[in-house]
Amino acid sequence: MLATERRPILLANGRILDPSRNLDIEGDLLIADGLIREAKRGIGAAGVPENTEIIDCSGNLIAPGLIDIRAFVGEPGAEYRETIASASQAAAAGGVTTIACQPDTSPVIDDPALVDFILRRARDTSIVHVQPMAALTKGLRGEEMAEIGLLKAAGAIAFTDGAKSVTNAQVMRRALAYARDFDALIVHHTENPDLVGEGVMNEGEFAARLGLAGIPTAAETIMLERDMRLVALTGSRYHAASLTCAEALEVLRCAKEQGLKVTASASINHLTLNELDVGPYRTFLKLCPPLRAEQDRVALVSALACGLIDVVMSDHNPQDVEGKRLPFDEASPGAIGLETMLPAGLRLVHSGDIPLMTLIKAMSSTPAELLHLAGGNLRPGSPADVIVVDLDAPWVLDPAALKSKCKNTPFDEARLTGRVVRTIVAGRTVYEYA
Amino acid sequence: MNIVQKPSFVLSQRHLLGIEGLSREDILNLLDLAEQFVQLNRQIDKKQASLRGRTLINLFFEASTRTQASFELAGKRLGADVMNMSVGSSSMRKGETLIDTAVTLNAMRPDIIVVRHHASGAVELLARKVDCSVVNAGDGSHEHPTQALLDALTIRRNKGRIERLIIVICGDILHSRVARSNIILLNALGARVRVVAPSTLLPPAIERFGVEVTRDMREGLRDADIVMMLRLQRERMNGSFVPSTQEYFHYFGLDQKKLAYAKPDALVMHPGPMNRGVEIDTTVADGAQSLIREQVEMGVAVRMAVLEALSRTLPNR
Repeated sequence: MLATERRPILLANGRILDPSRNLDIEGDLLIADGLIREAKRGIGAAGVPENTEIIDCSGNLIAPGLIDIRAFVGEPGAEYRETIASASQAAAAGGVTTIACQPDTSPVIDDPALVDFILRRARDTSIVHVQPMAALTKGLRGEEMAEIGLLKAAGAIAFTDGAKSVTNAQVMRRALAYARDFDALIVHHTENPDLVGEGVMNEGEFAARLGLAGIPTAAETIMLERDMRLVALTGSRYHAASLTCAEALEVLRCAKEQGLKVTASASINHLTLNELDVGPYRTFLKLCPPLRAEQDRVALVSALACGLIDVVMSDHNPQDVEGKRLPFDEASPGAIGLETMLPAGLRLVHSGDIPLMTLIKAMSSTPAELLHLAGGNLRPGSPADVIVVDLDAPWVLDPAALKSKCKNTPFDEARLTGRVVRTIVAGRTVYEYA
Repeated sequence: MNIVQKPSFVLSQRHLLGIEGLSREDILNLLDLAEQFVQLNRQIDKKQASLRGRTLINLFFEASTRTQASFELAGKRLGADVMNMSVGSSSMRKGETLIDTAVTLNAMRPDIIVVRHHASGAVELLARKVDCSVVNAGDGSHEHPTQALLDALTIRRNKGRIERLIIVICGDILHSRVARSNIILLNALGARVRVVAPSTLLPPAIERFGVEVTRDMREGLRDADIVMMLRLQRERMNGSFVPSTQEYFHYFGLDQKKLAYAKPDALVMHPGPMNRGVEIDTTVADGAQSLIREQVEMGVAVRMAVLEALSRTLPNR
């Protein structure tokens, strides 16, 4: 590590946005020793330590580094799809400074030694922070709860069975109750597998016309409703991993009104795309849960605007060519998203649907609070995980330029407005747009 | 006999992937052309030369007797060299992907590939990877365009028209590519289409397809000119979609009694292969009102028309 890399940095003359304290000002941000020192108007070149690297951010946004609460990284077992190293490069290019990686790997992260493995691999190979989530049940089988206490002590930040739902209500109830004793957050994928059945896309006219088996929104709503009853019973901290439909949002609203400790994420895909984007059997748009109808997408955007949806995540899921160059029925679900989460999210800002503050908050300070992380804000003393964004830069996504090992992006050749120009992790610039 | 055609008739596309995407003119031109092949097929000398030198590959990932035989005869009668490949003997069983197979076959420079596959959209996927023309011979629950064309030809020959006829499609609409292609085609030609099935065998949003929907045969068959029965797959009979074959036949099987709800001159169709005693009674299947055998005859003529029309879009150098 070169000493110069940890020189103090002054991000000068930018628009500083800190959703953790509703701050939106023009000013300078000073970083030193891996921490944010000051964020205010007029620090200027005179008020900084000698040797400070001064970066002109005129016209650009200075925001907390993003925290992606749901990203699949292929380690261990699927390194051909993504490694921690390649995911971290992609994350840095997308302004994501913390990845919460998922436990549905091979082997499953259901053992404290594997949490330790991820943390060590991240330390050695990652340019952003990596925080592992651990399995909620052993082997993700949905039968016996994992060692929640020991896994948490080893560094697991939350517990989830990845893209699987725990169908046994008794198992779920006990896991929720037990997790509460450790103040552990449970993140649950809400899809009833029986109702999903053979389904590969949203149930409705479009699936019927394509001759594809549909997944009803009830598959999600039923599972979420059950979970809300169990959370009411146990008083645990619960996070719905990926909500997609209007009915589920109604269930969530009722639960929040009751005062349950419930929060929810929406993926950037479900906020910006709908079932019609599947078009002529485009397998890059085959997702789990599936893209829904336009009215569901609109409901999801409104829910984000009013704070009902707490977090926006990428649901980054790299699939190689062999998993996607197949008939739609047979293709693997999932899309990469680390690099496009913010630019795609900015579509909602530019269209006037979501205030910029709301979007950044749902990608930084809120997930930080949920996961009890120190980052996700620009307060003096916080870790210097900071991004600089040119909000108005127009560009066309070239899949070949993506850092992720897999190129299965639903925004293939999409026109986007706004891109990350600099990503700083712990006071060190890890990405710079040339 | 020489086939004389409006020289202007060229299909608006290189492939036949579905009825969706065909114009009304395309459909009518194909039916007119097929009509001439019906005459030809009844002659002793059925051989034509329009596909001479061309190679046709029948690529069937799903077992089929009649469709494959029908395409094979159609190709041979037009003078093409025909090769049949079915999944049992192909390398797909050894793990080769659909796209690898497509690329491999493409390298052998066929002119037309006819494909049947168990997954919806698979034929379209394959078509994107090859240089030749591709004909969809049935993909999953999506489309089976030549079946819809042969059904339309059969109806038109027997009723003189398709416009304003009441055509009832009964049975497993949910999984049926035949139903989807027929609904689109018959609507395009101005028929009134009705579907009859238990709710478990109807796709969601079926009413958005421009059809009348009923769950009752008596109501559904009222004033019907054509009754089109669909096959119910064996694995869907026992409790998963309907309780039993007995119960299904009781409510939805076409027997003489239920057929009497339709117009006295109503005609009965079935794409085959039939499950006698499940969706259709033998006396009806083999009765005077049945067009089932004629459908098979029209199948060859329609497929000749499709191959002929597509061959006109092939490069000639």
